Amino acid sequence: MITKRIIPCLDVRDGRVVKGVNFTGLADVDSPVALARRYSECGADELVFYDITASAQDRALFTDILRQTAREVFIPLTVGGGIRSLDDFDRVLKCGADKVSVNSGAIADPELIARAAQRYGSQCVVLSADVKRVDGALHVFARGGRVDTGLEALAWLRQGEALGAGEIVLNSIDTDGVKQGFDLEMLALVCQTVRVPVIASGGAGCIDDFIALFQTVPGVDAGLAASIFHFGEVSIPALKSALRANGIPARL
Amino acid sequence: MIAIVDYGVGNLFSLCCSLEAVGAQPVVTGDAGVLLQADGVLLPGVGAFADAAEKLRAAGLDKTVCTLARRGTPLLGVCLGMQLLFERSFEFGEHAGLGLIPGSVVPLQGDIPAALKIPHIGWNSLSFPAGREKSPLLRYVEEGDYVYFVHSYYAAGCGEAVIASAEYGVDVPAAVARGNVFGCQFHPEKSGTVGLRILRAFCELCEKGGAV
Repeated sequence: MITKRIIPCLDVRDGRVVKGVNFTGLADVDSPVALARRYSECGADELVFYDITASAQDRALFTDILRQTAREVFIPLTVGGGIRSLDDFDRVLKCGADKVSVNSGAIADPELIARAAQRYGSQCVVLSADVKRVDGALHVFARGGRVDTGLEALAWLRQGEALGAGEIVLNSIDTDGVKQGFDLEMLALVCQTVRVPVIASGGAGCIDDFIALFQTVPGVDAGLAASIFHFGEVSIPALKSALRANGIPARL
Repeated sequence: MIAIVDYGVGNLFSLCCSLEAVGAQPVVTGDAGVLLQADGVLLPGVGAFADAAEKLRAAGLDKTVCTLARRGTPLLGVCLGMQLLFERSFEFGEHAGLGLIPGSVVPLQGDIPAALKIPHIGWNSLSFPAGREKSPLLRYVEEGDYVYFVHSYYAAGCGEAVIASAEYGVDVPAAVARGNVFGCQFHPEKSGTVGLRILRAFCELCEKGGAV
């Protein structure tokens, strides 16, 4: 039986993991490679590397890390952050990424989704959207959630799917960082709108939030989180066991 | 020497790394001469069937792969590389495959309940056909182990060639074998330790000269 996926997300800047990591027994807690290896060993189903570097020099550092990670971590790797062209796709795919996530770059140039899907296949193109409620409507925000594009979220995701996106990451700005649970209402709307796999992001604070996610919105395929995994607030093996105990298929 | 067929389809970096992780020193090549010297050959592939089949043919490597199969060299097709081993595919029209394993590649769409998403993406568990001896490719794998899938088409009508399957509305052939020719619908190079164990078993078969 296909399982629900649990995906830790690592923000990488200057070759190090940011957002603070507190992993007992891990000597180099800021090393993306060491952390990726640890997550893979403890049962993460995929990893997301989010590149928050700005300069070209740091970009090279990021791809080095990606290559090193791909050499020793054998689970799917998704890369996001600053992807604006097919050259950007090419750069990270050559270094071992399996999927590439686009956000602001696709808002600026929606055809990027189509061109990438045509060249690399839809399975490779993940559309990530930061969404927030504005006057009762769901708006897509760009540039790390700072700029309201005015785009209606469900229409945008439907368009992204039609252009060839193979998966959707929905990050609710309304619940992100609050640790009171995923945005179940928003996720249910998205699952009714698209047929491709949906990855929930933003709001997880504890194991019960993941159980509520998969039980309340069965159309969601995966849950993504960052700091609660990095700080050890939620351990992946414990989370997977709890999912199973609640009748939710999980890979142990 | 283990060789990976390079015919301009997809990214071979991860597959190379995973073979290195099990102690092999893979050679990535599109040179028929080198492939024919190999102790074992992997046929990778992503994207559309017709495109990949055409590229393999244009490079003249379809004949090389068939020669290797006939000679008894262990051959492992991965994902679309596995689909190429069958007689034909119905992905966007009808296209001929290599015909090394009986069966056709058909869309999941229409064969599985509408509630299940396409592509079939994620970790799914393996089950083995009842009452048959386990294939040497799966020597280090247990029933119920999880592997990582990404595909929208699957192999149908492969009968006894199925050595493991995964349930996704239908019994999806996950791994197939016919003599020295093997295929995995899932990605062993992305299936964690289970995937590495499968690659290790394949490399061991290659060392033994294909004796299965």
